[in-house]
Amino acid sequence: MKIIIAGNGKMGAALTRQLSAEGYELTLIDSNLKVLESSEERYDIMVVQGNCASMTVLQQAGVKEADLLIAMTGADELNLLCCMTAHALNDKIHTIARVCNPEYTNQIFAMREMFGLSMAVNPERQAAVEIERLLKYPGFLKRDTFTRGRVEIVELRIDGKSKLRDVALNDMYGIVKCKILVCAVLRNGKAVAPGGDFVLREGDRIFVTAVTDTLTVLLKNLGILTHKTKRVIVCGGGRVSYYLAKQLASSGIRLQIIERDPERCRQLAAQLPSACIIQGDASSQFLLESEGLSDCDAMVTMTGLDELNMIISLYGMSCNVPQVITKLGHIENTNILGSLSLDSVISPKELCCNTIVQYVRAMKNQTGAALTVHTIADGQAEAMEFLVDEKTRNCGKALKDLRLKKDVLVVCISKGARMEIPNGSSHFDVGDIVYIVTGRDKSIYQLNDIFE
Amino acid sequence: MNYKMLGRFIGKILMVEAVFMVPAMMISLWEREFAVVRAFMWTLAAILAVVGVLIWACRGSKNKFYAKEGLACVGLSWLAMSLLGCLPFFLSGVMPNFVDAFFEIVSGFTTTGASILPEVESVPKGILYWRSFSHWLGGMGVLVFLLAISSMGGSESGYTMHLLRAESPGPNVGKLVPKMRKTASILYLIYILLTILDIFFLLLGGMPLFEAVCTAFGTVGTGGFGVKNDSMAGYSPYIQNVCTVFMLLCGVNFSCYYLLLLRQIKNVFRDEELRLYLGVAAGSILLITLNLKGFYDTLEETLRHASFQVVTIMTTTGFATTDYELWPGFSKAILLTLMVIGASAGSTGGGFKCGRALLIFKSLHRSVQKVVHPQKVQVVRVNGQPIDEKVLQNTNAYLAAYVLATILSFLLISIDGFSITTNLSAVLACFNNIGPGFELVGPTCNYALYSNFSKLVLAWDMLAGRLEIFPILILCSRTTWEHR
Repeated sequence: MKIIIAGNGKMGAALTRQLSAEGYELTLIDSNLKVLESSEERYDIMVVQGNCASMTVLQQAGVKEADLLIAMTGADELNLLCCMTAHALNDKIHTIARVCNPEYTNQIFAMREMFGLSMAVNPERQAAVEIERLLKYPGFLKRDTFTRGRVEIVELRIDGKSKLRDVALNDMYGIVKCKILVCAVLRNGKAVAPGGDFVLREGDRIFVTAVTDTLTVLLKNLGILTHKTKRVIVCGGGRVSYYLAKQLASSGIRLQIIERDPERCRQLAAQLPSACIIQGDASSQFLLESEGLSDCDAMVTMTGLDELNMIISLYGMSCNVPQVITKLGHIENTNILGSLSLDSVISPKELCCNTIVQYVRAMKNQTGAALTVHTIADGQAEAMEFLVDEKTRNCGKALKDLRLKKDVLVVCISKGARMEIPNGSSHFDVGDIVYIVTGRDKSIYQLNDIFE
Repeated sequence: MNYKMLGRFIGKILMVEAVFMVPAMMISLWEREFAVVRAFMWTLAAILAVVGVLIWACRGSKNKFYAKEGLACVGLSWLAMSLLGCLPFFLSGVMPNFVDAFFEIVSGFTTTGASILPEVESVPKGILYWRSFSHWLGGMGVLVFLLAISSMGGSESGYTMHLLRAESPGPNVGKLVPKMRKTASILYLIYILLTILDIFFLLLGGMPLFEAVCTAFGTVGTGGFGVKNDSMAGYSPYIQNVCTVFMLLCGVNFSCYYLLLLRQIKNVFRDEELRLYLGVAAGSILLITLNLKGFYDTLEETLRHASFQVVTIMTTTGFATTDYELWPGFSKAILLTLMVIGASAGSTGGGFKCGRALLIFKSLHRSVQKVVHPQKVQVVRVNGQPIDEKVLQNTNAYLAAYVLATILSFLLISIDGFSITTNLSAVLACFNNIGPGFELVGPTCNYALYSNFSKLVLAWDMLAGRLEIFPILILCSRTTWEHR
């Protein structure tokens, strides 16, 4: 499949890395020759220098034979114009544009229609939605949703007070009283695929597959969901903060946004009447204390500087804030994060990149490739979603009779409207959707790859 | 320096060489030349042993490669390929002197066509085939072949760009399509297609199959090793004309053919380099024909010899249909000039390349303009596209390296005491991968007269000329070999 990526910035580079690893034919357009050259020397791609909305440049990049154009420059208008021009040159091309100006949010559907976009992505807004989901279920460090939004893999930490401490997985049902499946455990920085007699210890981080409806029951029975989140301190008043405030406007969660720039504060105050805007330096402990850090329900650090976010988050955790969410722009530095033990980390770039990769995979899905792929357990495991089709082997056989590859776990089977957390006697049929978790180094591209 | 990956690459390239040596051995077997078969067997055993050691020593290498490694890899693999590729010549006793054998195979791989053999008709067929096939393999480049047949693996395989840049000639090498493997495959497909067409047309002219295949390898690779003592002179005018046409075709940038396949015919004929290349060729043919008036019997004969000689020198092939040594001085001067200009970038030919000459002329023009209007800001354009200053700088640096290397080798081989014309034309003919020069190294003579030292210098020249100097120069730099 031929893909053109316009804009070789942070987002474009992340996409290039991901998509070229999956073997697509990529052409990169950017006006800056330097960044193009460095990309060309790293990945097996072609580069074209120039304005991505210009017809000659697009033609040079082979827009006529391309299947997909992804416009990822920093300017919304340029992205839209680029997609429009591409459509004029090739009416079969799919286009994805990054549109992140809040003023366009309301008209995004109309714009998709007008410009013939297949998808409009907004990394900041996506990050805000993700943060909102975390705030609504405090206790989960991370939530990964699969396509239909009914199955999730959630991450939990087993701390000293947890009811699950020193419990074997076989005995879990007695405590949580709902059907869940522990698909991976992260102990001392290493991912383990647990068996039934695996005993959970303090400090473990567990990854649990559950149907979305049962999440509330799960939290209640675990004794985590004690009260609803009511007051959140947000450090930094960027676009993500704005979107978050908009999302939470009617949810009863009160936001205190701390922003340093007085001009931006005034702007936010005008746009967000329900939020409490505080002008000041979020890195000042005194300011945080005086704004009631010690008794707030959650803290989100979203300044423009990753380092600052990490430090403020660490301070918040030392003050026993129940939930701390950190935004990071450069997720490449995850190796450092492991030792810092930040609870929840959000990266707009990564979220957006995942969405686009999912779209690309769906476009190519005639070959039975994964519908969704999430990396979990600090990148040591992958959760994938597959559609069972006629070519799939072993349909209708009980799982306990199948010989699966080592470290491959079937964590959920979706049969139409019914979701099933499988046991030994479960089976899948044509038309079902199967969710599996596997180690990162396994090369699984199709459902048939999971069998021995 | 990633030694392990370097070793693995060289191992792979030697494997390719070994595979291509098998047909030559088969031909020897067919012709019942058992001494030669034995030589090939020993060579294959040696190659396999080297590959085995390399693969064993370089297991578990990291897939990280940078510009430096790319250049060094190309330089080293050509050296390794030549050292092992010359073994059949040496072991079969055709060339009892190892330096001679090395000179001959380097001349083959670099598509030079300079030979040390006084006569070739008595040489065993298997050896002749291998000698001609080395042109074909070296013409497009063996690394490009490797890129076409195997995927390099690793998610960050952009380093293959360094390999393509280092091995393909020209100032501004780029991919045709996003995937390196596909680009390399397209180049080789065009190359194979041209070879088959050439063989077909030669067979039509009544040439025996073996001679047609060997001649086609020499023509399409713009090499110049013939299978006859008098090169192409003994063949019919039809065959000579077929050779002229195919040499001319293979001196064209191969991306032009790709554009032709895409039906972008207009873009092809607007290409400034192609225009310059064809223009220079046509102009030279015209001037030489006028200059040779009365030298041959008919105008047809004059035109045929003039065009053959112009094209063979310009595309740096080095066949001959007549002894141009006897021509008047002006014609010889034109041929000497053509030696330096060479073929187009991205072709199988050597030389300084028309594309570079174009850039040098244009930047020279700009410098003159600067004298008239010191404040003038001017961008050099080729085909309407502005050329990056970095490319111009590299071209100027290449010119300097080219001149320096030529002068240095000229001085070194002058120790042997031959005339200035002989030495200068020998260096130019080797550096630009042509083959025959003037006087004692003219089309009817050979390089056997030089001492071993001079032969090594000339072999270095051929490699440096084919790989465009820097991959060979980097091997001599100490910083290349430091660990980091």
